[in-house]
Amino acid sequence: MTSTAPAPAATREALGPTLIRLQQEGLDLVVCDADLGNSTSARAFRNEFPERFFTFGIAEQNMVSAAAGIATLGSSVFVSTFAVFAEHAYDQLRMAVAQPNLNITFVASHGGVSAGEDGASAQSIEDIAVMSSLVNFRVIVPADVVESAAAVEAAARTPGPFYIRTARAKTSVLYADGPRFELGKATPMRDGGDVTLISYGLMVERTLEAAESLAGEGIDARVLNMATIRPLDVDALEAAARETGAIVVAEEHLMHSGLGAMAAQALATRHPVPMEFVGVDNRYGESGTWSEVMDVMGLTADRITEAARRAVARKA
Amino acid sequence: MSTIPESGWGTPVVTETQPDLSARARRIRRHIVQMVYEVKSGHPGGSLSATDILTVLYSNLLKHDPQRPDWPERDRFVMSKGHCTPAQYATLAEFGYFDVEELATFRRLGTRLQGHSVLGSPQGVENTAGSLGMGLSFGLGIRLAARLKGLDNHVYVMMGDGEQDEGQVWEAAMASAHHSIDGLVALVDRNGIQNDDFTAATMSTEPLDEKYRAFGWDVRSSVDGHDLAAVEQALIWARDVRGGPACVIFDTVKGKGVSFMENNPTFHGAPPSDEQFELAMSELADD
Repeated sequence: MTSTAPAPAATREALGPTLIRLQQEGLDLVVCDADLGNSTSARAFRNEFPERFFTFGIAEQNMVSAAAGIATLGSSVFVSTFAVFAEHAYDQLRMAVAQPNLNITFVASHGGVSAGEDGASAQSIEDIAVMSSLVNFRVIVPADVVESAAAVEAAARTPGPFYIRTARAKTSVLYADGPRFELGKATPMRDGGDVTLISYGLMVERTLEAAESLAGEGIDARVLNMATIRPLDVDALEAAARETGAIVVAEEHLMHSGLGAMAAQALATRHPVPMEFVGVDNRYGESGTWSEVMDVMGLTADRITEAARRAVARKA
Repeated sequence: MSTIPESGWGTPVVTETQPDLSARARRIRRHIVQMVYEVKSGHPGGSLSATDILTVLYSNLLKHDPQRPDWPERDRFVMSKGHCTPAQYATLAEFGYFDVEELATFRRLGTRLQGHSVLGSPQGVENTAGSLGMGLSFGLGIRLAARLKGLDNHVYVMMGDGEQDEGQVWEAAMASAHHSIDGLVALVDRNGIQNDDFTAATMSTEPLDEKYRAFGWDVRSSVDGHDLAAVEQALIWARDVRGGPACVIFDTVKGKGVSFMENNPTFHGAPPSDEQFELAMSELADD
């Protein structure tokens, strides 16, 4: 090894620089901010294109409805704040954005329990369920900063509404050789024939760790990064079910209403196989470092490994 | 032709004289009552209170072209009180956005004339509404984008007085003044009644004019929303306010023009009976 691994980075860091690049390339972007642009990285856009950056203060409902008005004149509008505050504007996202199918991307940073020290009120464990309930919305959670930039670009270049959850914590770069993100498609991270481990966001790295651990026990695990949650890549799910016969879904979200529930529904009609789930089990979080909170909430490689063993044991 | 001075903001609109406006308003009122009567649902009260404002706006102020509803430089009318679609559709039909006959499909399966406003259905409807309190924000967004793109247009947002209960209205009011956005005109149809009861009994919003002024708006209040000349004068004033947003608070009568609906909370969202329909249409007949 001559090259060193890239420094850890947070998926939220991709937003501002990517929007600047895309505007420079000639896209018609407008950015709306609710007093958290420094944290979401959107505020960097203001330095380059101040006339295209609108502040709305701490008023998410007004911001989202105004973004809808802006979008009707043709711009691709990016709205950002923290994931928990995105939910503050659910009605506006539903009526003013989803129903008219407007060209708006909500980039919500500090997603998941890895918001960490700020505690339970700041930890969004329900945003994937909430945003997946909106017809027309594409829901994406990138696994690293490289994929995050690719997701932002895809949203900017694709009509219609998007929700992109980014994270506060600096985590490993998984796509140092470039993104492999394709909207609506699961990304294979590792091949295997005994069980498929499916995750998104910060859980992808922990899932890869679990697969390594399982290999040591003779269990050959396939790993899929399901960065696009809506629309769900049902074909990849079915292929995984048919080819490996068991599935584990691991996610930084409430277990009963996230990707696991959606995947189980899809597979129930396509090709049912034993499934196990790792996620937040009907509780709220607490303060701590991001990795401490992930651990105490059970979002660990060990839990994924245990779930994989159970799933494999249930195979007929 | 009326003597409306040309706005410095664009081409003059074709203006109509007051007798024509009165007849047009009566036609719109008849459409409203008939639409709600035939489908046995809808919101006549707030539609009738808004009719004269809409009639003057579309006739003499709004820069629009029914033959080119997607004209980029057009003014926008945003119906924030999205349950008042009978007034909105009847006005659009009167101006030729679609055939008057289509009004008979209101609220029926497969219609373009949905119960609450849907953006682009048909063209001329500029926003999706129904959940109250969002239209002023939407109008602000249109003006922000228009300013960015160098478009010289106006956005007129119609709200109810009950709608002023919604906190988002005040988020939008604050932001509009913060951004010194002009060309944004709030039209408050203060008919004094909301869904369940009189607004004064439900939630006190007064003094509304002082609230908008405190939020940084230029305000004209207590304009008689059924005096066509007064409506026109107030709209011209609002159109020409520069440097910030303008608000006109119209005093109106819910159910205006139909005796038994006037100032009667029952007809916020209820159709007339057969006998009531006959009476209403006779009251709204031309002479």
